[in-house]
Order: sequence, then C-alpha cells, then structure tokens
Amino acid sequence: LSSSIENHRTLGSRTIYVGHRPCPANEVFIPPKFCDNRIVSSKYTVWNFLPKNLFEQFRRIANFYFLIIFLVQVIVDTPTSPVTSGLPLFFVITVTAIKQGYEDWLRHKADNEVNKYRVTVLEDGRRIQKESEKIKVGDVLEVEEDETFPCDLILLQSSRDDGTCFVTTASLDGESNHKTHYTVPDTERDVESLNATIECEQPQPDLYKSLGPENLLLKGATLKNTQSICGKSIIAFFTGTILKMGKTILSKALVCTTLKYVWQSKPGQDEPWYNEKTLKEKETNLYLNMFTDFLSFMVLFNFIIPVSMYVTVEMQKFLGSFFISWDKDFFDSEIEEGALVNTSDLNEELGQVEYVFTDKTGTLTQNNMEFIECCIDGHQYKYRDASSEVDGFCVTDGPMNTVQQKAGREREELFLRALCLCHTVQVKEGFIASSPDEIALVQGAMRYGFTFLGLESKTMKILNRTNDVEMYELLHVLNFDPVRRRMSVIVRSISGETLLFCKGADSSIFPRVKQEEVEKIRMHVERNATDGYRTLCVAYKHLTAEEYDQVDSGLREARLALQDREEKLMAVYNQVETGMNLIGATAVEDRLQEEAAETMEALQGAGIKVWVLTGDKMETAKSTCYACRLFKRNTELLELTVRTLESPGKRREDRLHDLLLEYHKKTVQDAPPAKTRVASQDYGFIVDGATLSMVLNSSSENNLHDYKDLFLQICQNCTSVLCCRMAPLQKAQIVKMVKNSKGSPITLSIGDGANDVSMILEAHVGIGIKGKEGRQAVRNSDYAIPKLKHLKKLLLGHGHLYYVRIAHLVQYFFYKNLCFILPQFLYQFFCGCSQQPLYDAAYLTMYNICFTSMPILAYSLFEQHISIEMLLENATLYRQIGKNAMLRWGPFLYWTLLGVFHGLVFFFGVWFLFSNPALQDNGQAFGNWSYGTIVFTILVFTVTLKLALDTRHWTWINHFVIWGSLAFYVFFSFFWGGVIWPFLRQQRLYFVFANMLSSVSAWLVIIVLILLSLLPEILYVVLRKPRGPYARQKLVQSSAGGIQSPRSSARPLLMRTFSDESNTVS
Amino acid sequence: MVKQESESANRPDNTAFTQQRLPAWQPILSAGIVIPGFVLIGLAFIGIGVALFVTSRSIQVLELDYTGDSNGSPCSSCSQSVVTNCKCSLNFTLTTLFQGPVFFYYGLSNYFQNYRRYGASKDDNQLYGDLSYFTSPSSSCSPYDYDSSKKPIVPCGSIANSMFNDTFTLTWTVNGTTNNVPLDGKGIAWWTDYNIKYRNPSVTPLKNAFNGTVKPINWAKPAYELDASDPSNNGFVNQDFLVWMRRAALPNFRKLYRRIDASGDYQKGLPAGNYTIDIAYNYPVRAFNGAKKIVFSNVSWMGGRNEFLGIAYLVIGSLCVVMSIVMLIVYAKFKFPDEE
Repeated sequence: LSSSIENHRTLGSRTIYVGHRPCPANEVFIPPKFCDNRIVSSKYTVWNFLPKNLFEQFRRIANFYFLIIFLVQVIVDTPTSPVTSGLPLFFVITVTAIKQGYEDWLRHKADNEVNKYRVTVLEDGRRIQKESEKIKVGDVLEVEEDETFPCDLILLQSSRDDGTCFVTTASLDGESNHKTHYTVPDTERDVESLNATIECEQPQPDLYKSLGPENLLLKGATLKNTQSICGKSIIAFFTGTILKMGKTILSKALVCTTLKYVWQSKPGQDEPWYNEKTLKEKETNLYLNMFTDFLSFMVLFNFIIPVSMYVTVEMQKFLGSFFISWDKDFFDSEIEEGALVNTSDLNEELGQVEYVFTDKTGTLTQNNMEFIECCIDGHQYKYRDASSEVDGFCVTDGPMNTVQQKAGREREELFLRALCLCHTVQVKEGFIASSPDEIALVQGAMRYGFTFLGLESKTMKILNRTNDVEMYELLHVLNFDPVRRRMSVIVRSISGETLLFCKGADSSIFPRVKQEEVEKIRMHVERNATDGYRTLCVAYKHLTAEEYDQVDSGLREARLALQDREEKLMAVYNQVETGMNLIGATAVEDRLQEEAAETMEALQGAGIKVWVLTGDKMETAKSTCYACRLFKRNTELLELTVRTLESPGKRREDRLHDLLLEYHKKTVQDAPPAKTRVASQDYGFIVDGATLSMVLNSSSENNLHDYKDLFLQICQNCTSVLCCRMAPLQKAQIVKMVKNSKGSPITLSIGDGANDVSMILEAHVGIGIKGKEGRQAVRNSDYAIPKLKHLKKLLLGHGHLYYVRIAHLVQYFFYKNLCFILPQFLYQFFCGCSQQPLYDAAYLTMYNICFTSMPILAYSLFEQHISIEMLLENATLYRQIGKNAMLRWGPFLYWTLLGVFHGLVFFFGVWFLFSNPALQDNGQAFGNWSYGTIVFTILVFTVTLKLALDTRHWTWINHFVIWGSLAFYVFFSFFWGGVIWPFLRQQRLYFVFANMLSSVSAWLVIIVLILLSLLPEILYVVLRKPRGPYARQKLVQSSAGGIQSPRSSARPLLMRTFSDESNTVS
Repeated sequence: MVKQESESANRPDNTAFTQQRLPAWQPILSAGIVIPGFVLIGLAFIGIGVALFVTSRSIQVLELDYTGDSNGSPCSSCSQSVVTNCKCSLNFTLTTLFQGPVFFYYGLSNYFQNYRRYGASKDDNQLYGDLSYFTSPSSSCSPYDYDSSKKPIVPCGSIANSMFNDTFTLTWTVNGTTNNVPLDGKGIAWWTDYNIKYRNPSVTPLKNAFNGTVKPINWAKPAYELDASDPSNNGFVNQDFLVWMRRAALPNFRKLYRRIDASGDYQKGLPAGNYTIDIAYNYPVRAFNGAKKIVFSNVSWMGGRNEFLGIAYLVIGSLCVVMSIVMLIVYAKFKFPDEE
C-alpha cells in the first residue's frame, strides 16, 4: 500500500504474525504498528471543504485579482457598486466549488466502494465478513475467483490441487496475461489453525517485486487527471493578453489620475461651487486621495478583464470536448467503445501538434500475432493450406536456397517440441499467455501437428503428430525479461532426459550457441526482420544429471534469497543458458493497424513529424516504418545504432562523434533553405536505446551539450525518426528533450501499453489507445481512442477546429472588451476625470455575461470555417494553423486596431451627435445615461454583428443565439428601464431606452455607426474572397495530386504488408 | 470483424448535433450580392443624408451669450458683482419669421453635470416622495444632506442645490408696442420623470410634507413654492427642476427652458421684429470659467439642428458607392472568380 510505503522506512525485514496468534512465549512481543487498509483519494471532507476549496480557488491568480477588485469596491468609494464584480465572481466561485465538490464526492464514492468492499476473513476458525478498510496486517483472507485483491497477499492455500492460482495484473502493469502464483510450500492444510510468522522485506515502491492492490495504480491515474493541465499556447496567449489588458488598465488609470490632478490644479476646477466636497474629502491627505482615485479608475476599467472570459473559456473547453466523445467515427464496434476525454483543457493543443511520438506494438501494429514461417537448420518452412501436402508442412525455398530441401525429421520434431514446451502459455478456453507471440508460436506448432494440451501438476502434455500424448515434467521456468530478452524452460522427458529449451531475440541467442550453426539461420532471420516480422530463435541443450542438480540448487537458493534476488537469479540464468544448440527461428507477423499507413501519411502531410519509439529491435521496427510509409523509398536512412558505432580501430565515443557531425552536416548544414523545400531530400533517422543513452549521458568532457544539440538538430531535420530498443523511461526522455527544445513545440504521445505511460505523461498531449494491453495507457492519457486511425480525425478535424475556435474566442473577447471600455476611458476626458461610468451598472455587469457571451460561445462550439471532410482530405490545411498562427502578433494587432477603431467610432460618433442634445422632436434634451445607452446599443449590435460576419457556419443555434442575444438586449433594456426597481438607490435608466427609441436621430446614428464600424470588416471579407477558403481548397486540391502520387507508387510495398496472399506466396 | 447492428450502450448518438453535422447556412459574400447591396445601401444613405442635411439646414437657431465676461456686453455688470437679484436685458432683432414651434433653451459651458460625485448627490427615494427620506436623506447627498443646524435639506444633494435659477421674460416690440411673448413651461421635462419617477408626497397641502426640513442652501424659495402660478408645478415635479435633474452628458450642454406658446401672433412662430429678453441674473459661472447662453431653436422630425448626422450619412453613403465601384473594378479584373 502506498501509505505503508511512506510510513515504514525502517531498514531490514519485518515480522508479521499470521492470524494474529501470539508468538511463542520465549520471544519478546512487540506489537507491530501497521497502517490500516483504507484508501483515500478524495481531497476534501465535509468539514474542510469550504475553507480548503476557497483557498485553492483564490490561489488562482485570476480569482485573486477579482477578489482584490471586489474588496477595493467594498472599501473605497468607487464608481460602480461592489455587486458588479462581486456577483460574477461569486457565480464563478460557486460553480467551480460545486463542480469540484461533485468530483470529490465521486472520489469519495469510489473510495467507499473499495473500502467498504466485503471480504471474507478467517478469524479463530470462523469466516467473518469484513469491510476491506478494516483488514489488518496479519489477517487471513479468502478470495474467490474474479475478485480483486483488497490488499497485498501471500498465497497460503489454493482451491486447486496443485496449490497454484492464476493472477492477472492488467490493472497494474497492463499485462493481460495470467501469471501463476504458488502457495507457500510446506504450509499445513488447515489454515484455520495455522500458527506462523512471516519474515518479509520492507515494502518497496517497485511494482514488479510485490503485488499491490488494484487500486494502487488506479488511484495514481485518477489523481493525474485531476491536476489542472492547461493548453500551452492558449494559456500563454491568455496570460499574455491578460497581462496586456492589465497593463492597459494600469496605464489608463494612471493617465486618468494624472490628468485629473493636472486638470484640477487649474483654478475653479477642483471644487466648483456646485460640486463642493464633503468635509471628509477635504480632510483626507492629497496622496491618499490620489491613490483612491487610482483605485477607482482601476475598478472602472477592470471590466476589460471580465470574469466571464474564464467562465466562457472553461465552458467552451468542457462542452467542446463532448464532440470528441460523441463522435461516432471514433466508435469501435469491436470493443464497443468510443473515444474518451480525460481532460478537456487540451482540446486546442490538438490543433498545434508538431511532433507525434508513437509506440509501435499495439499502436502502429495490432499486437495480433500470426505465425508466418519458421526456419529449421537453415531450411525455410512456410505454412500453406493443409490440402497442399499431406502433413500440412510444406517446404519452400528461400531466396538463397537453390534446391528444395527439408531438414531432417528429427530436427523438425525437436524444433516443434521446443515451440510446444518453451513458453508460459496456459490452456483455459483457448490459450492464455503473457505475450501474444507465445500464443502465435504454440498455435504455429499446432498447425504443424504438435498440440500443447496443457500443464497439469508440473507436467506438460503434448499431442504429437502421431496423436500420441507426450509427457514432460516441467522442472524450471527461466522467465523472460527485457534485459536478457529470452526465456527458457527445463523439462524432463519420460525417458529421463533433461532438456533446456530456450527462445529469444537473435542478438541474445546467437552469442550463446555454436557459431557454425548461426550463419545458416542468420540470413533467414534478417530477411524476416526486413519484411516486418518479429523473429525469435530457438535453441536447446541437454543437461546431464550433475549439471541439472547444480542448476536446480542454484535456482532454489537464488529464489529464496532475501537480498539481491534479481541479480542472483540473473547470474544463474546466464550461467545455464550457454553452449546451446541452435535449432531454428520463427517469424511472426504483427499486423499493421487499420489505416496505419494512411494515418501516418496524413500526419506527415499535415507537417507533423512522427517519431516511432519502440522497445522492439531495429529491423522489425524499421520494416514497420516502411510499411507505415514513415520511411519511403527515397528516404535516406541515417543510422546511429550500436551496429554503426562498431568500427575497427576506433573508440565508440569517437565514432559517435564523427557520425553525429557527419549527419549534422548532411541534414542541417547542407539542407536547402526552408523556402525551397520542394526538392529537398527526405531523411529518416534511426537510433537505438544504447546509443541514445551514450548521447544523452555522454560525459561532460565531451561537451555534453553539443552532443544533445547536434542530435536534436539532426532529429528535427528528418521527416521521421525511429528510436528502437527503448526502455520506457528513455521514451519519456526523448519526449522531454523535444518538448524543451527551441520553440518548445507541442508534442503528442500515443501508445497503448503500460510501457508508454511515461511518455504519455511527459508529452503535452497524451493519447491512449484502448488496445489489448490493459487500460494503463488509457487511464493516464488525456484522450483515449480505440484505434490509431482515429488520430487523424482527432488532430486534423477536431484539433484544427478547436484551435481555430478557441483562438477566435480569446481574441474576440479581448476585442469586444477593448471597444467596451475604450468609450468609458474616453468619457473621462469629458467628465473631469471623475470616474463617472458611461454605462449603467446593469449594462456593465451584463455585457459580458448575457448580451455578448452566448454568440461567441456558440461560435466557439459550432464553427466550422472549413468542413471536417475538407480538413481530413487536405492534411496540408493543418500547417496553416501551425506554430500558433492565429495568436501571433499579426492577428493580435488586427483585433487591437479593430477594437480601438470601434471604440473611437462609438464614442465620438455619439459625441458629435450630442453637440446638440435636443434629439427629440418635442425639443426635449437627452442626458448622460441616454448618451451611454446609445453608445452601448451600438456596441452590443456591432460586436454581435462582427461575430455574425465571422461566422461561416450558421446552424440554427447560431441564428438563435445571435438574434436572440440582440432581442434579449432590447427586451432587457425595455424591462430594466420600464420598472422603478425598489432595490436600486438610483433609477438611472428609467425610460431612457424607450425615450432613446422615440428619437429618430438616435436610430439614425445607431444605424450609421454600426455600418461605419463594420464597413472595413465587410470590405475585408469581400476582398479576402479570392484568397478565401474556397480558393484555398481549390489550391489544395490541385496540389493534392502531388501528395497522392507517391502513395500510388508505394502500392507494392503496402500490398505486401496488407494482403494475406502475398505473405504465403513467396 | 463482424459488425453488430445491436445498439451498444456506448455507441454515440448518431444525431446531427453530436456529429457536428447540423444543417448550416454558409453565407458567401459574393460580388453578385455585395456590389448591388453596397450600391443600394450607399444610395439609401445618400438619400437619408440629403434629407437630414436639408432638414438640419432648415432649422433656425439663434444663440445669444449673456455671460457678460466682456465689458461691453449687457450683463457684464451682473457677472462682475455678487449683487443678488441683478437684472440685465438682451436685445435682438428678427428680420424674418422664426418658424414655430420655437423652443427656448438655456445653455451652459464648462459645466460638469457629469461629475461622478455630483451625479450621485441626490436621493431618488426622497424624490419619489418617500417621507422617511425627508428626515434622513441619503448620505450620498453630503455635504448637502443637512444644513449647519443639522436640519435635513429637501431636496438634498448637489444637483438640486445647484439648480439653474436665472429667469427670463421675452418681450416683442412691434410698432412701438411691447408685448410679452407667452412662454409655455409645460412638457419640457420627460413625461415619465414628471408622472412616475418624481413624485410629491401625498400630503395636502404640500407645504406640510416639508415640515422640519430646510430648502437647499442656494435656493431662494422652498421646493413647494417654486411656481406660484401653477400649484401642480411645485415640489419635485416642477418642470424646471426635472429638466435640471436630468444630468447633461457633456460639459457644454443646453437645456430646455420654455416653448413659445403658439397662440395669437405667435401661431407661426416668432414674427419679425425687435425682441428683448429680461434676465434675472442669479447663476454664477465665472468662477469656473463657464459661460451662459440663450438659444432659440425650432425642431424637426430629427430634433434640433445637427449637421453631423447628415454629413455622416452622406459620407458613408458615398463611401459605399465608391467601394462598390472599386469592387466592381477588382472583380472585373479577376473576371468574377467565384461566379463560375
């Protein structure tokens, strides 16, 4: 348990008393202290929710800022009532608190489900139902089939005769295989009266050494998702904009305060007789007055940063993400699931991805293995339909074999027996195994006549070609591990022969077998690897009785060791697996995912660089890359692997240095400038784990930075990069390196297994594939999709649209508040800088909440400036929004100028009109609130119509909210001005709006100023037309031919990997 | 890979909304729409502009400054001194008929009715006739909430206290006879202000409601005696008071004082002749470099004279026409690329 890991750091082993029976009397009994079995992932309790949540919320700079503004309004005599900023703030805080409270309640519920889970505890010979949280260390539990373990357990007894149980750890490490666990040997049959103590290691954080409860990792995963991760580009712009706005406010407030005091210094202006100061005002210090004035101006202009902007952005992200989970194109009928959105904060990042890091197995490929062929003693065997030859075992000639040959029957059978015995497959309604390769091999052997029947009490049964059952006693399994990259079994046949069968990667087997055997096989293995198959070599070894005894005792000793168990085991394994005889090799195909090649091609067309990070060997990975069109025929491959580093007479470090320089020269220095990239050579870069760690960890004397930089520059100038033999942490290292490189590009990681979790967490956007390797990646991802092919629509469709939408949203918000506050600012020059609001408080408050928020929200949810189909067809469209194109200086300047222009038009247009305030035909004059209302009406109509001009995709919702907002504004104004509100101290707007509408001049000025404001916009829209979306589409379509042609030329290669026929016919 | 038709619970709804396939109108501003549209709008605007301009030009306006800051002007003596009840008179001559209905405005310059503190310095509840606010006016009225003897001021606040108190009488001299031009003070304030927003307490006589209160410091008469001639024009619903209470938007403003009563000789407006305005000069403006003026104006459907609107319409209308011509040229050059 995680908590116990934290709490018990004392060294050495600890003692647990099974069943809480007292220890023998001669020992001193120290009651051990262990923590309970409760799991707490929730953040709040009922009591601390309010203070803790409020504290958390006000730690956000924005909320804190609004709180300060609110407090200033309460304390200082400011132009607007505290309600104007208090109400929205209260609303935001409440909504957030409710949301977080609800999420925490869900967490409480999930915790309770686990903590209150009923478990059966054996206590004093009786079965007692207990809640999981009440389990104490030392309890004896009974766990039934398909239950999850409520805590760490030691297997004392099993219902199976052989004292084993099968455990799946899918929720821990993503491995869906069934692992066998054995009961502690020599325990009495009667557990109820068992009296024992357990000496065990202190808890360790390493998952693979101790088996934790399911919830351990689940908890971590959930926690990850509750962290607030925010889109980088938007947030950067967001904060940038807010800082700019903040500076605007500050400077405006400063200008106004200065002006006010300069203006007041003129005689008679400070305190005209008609506006005498109160006694209190006269007495206060001049500087304090200045400060108060400054704060008042701040409050007046603070509306430029509305609280509602945060709300709208959050809403857009939250609601917008539903379109991903609703998309039926992401629905996979096989797993009956669609896409999953774990965080909605990153929607727009999907439109900014520059680097995609993808896992190979299970992501690019299906992880659905199929036995393709094998090679025995250098002879190639391919499976063909059973009808072709009687024994279903046909021989075809490999390219190098001129004469059709078959290996000896004895060798054939030895090979097949090896396939049948050397694995950890279990038979349980079909085969169950830790890796799909093993199943494919066992099934392959089955097709050739050797069927594995199962393992029963340490005896493996095989049905051979003559339908006899062969029995082998399983003595030891030398488990697979990624360092050795091989596994072995030691079995004893009926005849008493002790055999060791070993299978593993060629690189790990070849050095351990007789060299003369290697050459025959190597060619096959390499050819298979280039064809995109996964190859394994099979070897065997006879063990004499003495040898076996030695091995047996060595293994037992190592297994029982308390310290350095792994190292000791490894030493024994390595000692045994030497001097073997190579029998043959197998080739298993890992099929490409549906539309993997098309997806990769689309990503590359979109200007995204795809890096494949895999733990697989180079040849296999390379062939997958070819199959996925990541490497093309004309791609020049640059290799930086252990193989290329080996050069006679040179240190590897020097060779690395040379190669790096050479590649750098090729890709970076000699590359034509970016503009003429049409004819530039495509480079593919291959690096392996060992070399990568050399590059990254090169000692400081070799100017470490140089290597890293060189490496990064080479990588960035290659169209595709393949990193093979990667450890999970190395994957994350690579992602981190790119993420932190110059220009900090947006990175995306996609993977399906537990080994991809580190890189999924490291990248800006993590995508999990709901594949076969458990749910680990999905839980830790930001988005989860059922298949790789969905990535295309996720990025090119949804990502593109989200980016455009939110970029427009943020800028529009900035613009509409600029032209909202600018007249307010200008009015200060005409009211003696007295902080007189131009608009009524209701308008100030409602502007961003009601009048102008819904159209932009609808826009930011439904806008499709280019249809999704078009986006998917033309991947190059994605490049146009790359590098944050819509939030850079150009567009920002445009929006600023537009906002300033509109603000000036609104204010001065009405100012000219008010040179004669008698605007009604009965000669009556309009006052200041009429002035503000006219400006405000023009403002609301203009910003809404400006959005209407920007909208290119008018659904009924857009119509509804745009026209509805305007109608609501008119309706509200009538209503607000039509009633004497008892709660208002001043009835400022009473009938102002209605009177305004009774004036023809007011109507005329509203119309002409709206048109004047929108005129440049209309002109822009019209003149932009030739370069507009349609022309763009035409342009793209004409260039699409250029994209498609290489695809058609690549057909043969694709056919080879996609169709079954071409695999059987050589 | 057998595709099951059975509806899975996880299957997303296949609706136009969830799939972002709502039927949408994609407006295209093509030249075929924009150019005629611009021409039409432009012509319409030019039309309106011409109408506005002509109307505005036809509105007669007569402005007379009577601040008296220059020595030669009639009211200079009043402006210099602190004499109360100073009287002065202005003369002017109309050679032609001043078309009616004629409105009589007073105008102030450099007078900031839009000061924030000034604007807040009133008590709407008091002005709504709520007697409880007579005895305890809102603190926003400070320093005009209580007088020096701690008696509440009604109506309280700076706005009421600074109410414009110059009065004017207009006489027409024709053929040696001097006639008083009848001035109508009804309906110069907003109807809603007079009838709803401002109310006198329902106490008769009105004077009793003001017991225990004092008149604003600068006022000569208490609120209930503002108009001796018309009892319904007193208290808070006095038309001049209402006009003053509606704060001007800008520091240079005019407010309606009276209308020329269109009766007798004045049915068609002010006939030609010599006129004299007798001014009771009470309102000091020199202290803050202000100015006072009298404005006679008639109005049209667009209100008072305002050339800005007409010019704006003409400019923007012609801009539209010019733009449509430019667009026509541009599109002709590119052979209407989207009309194919």
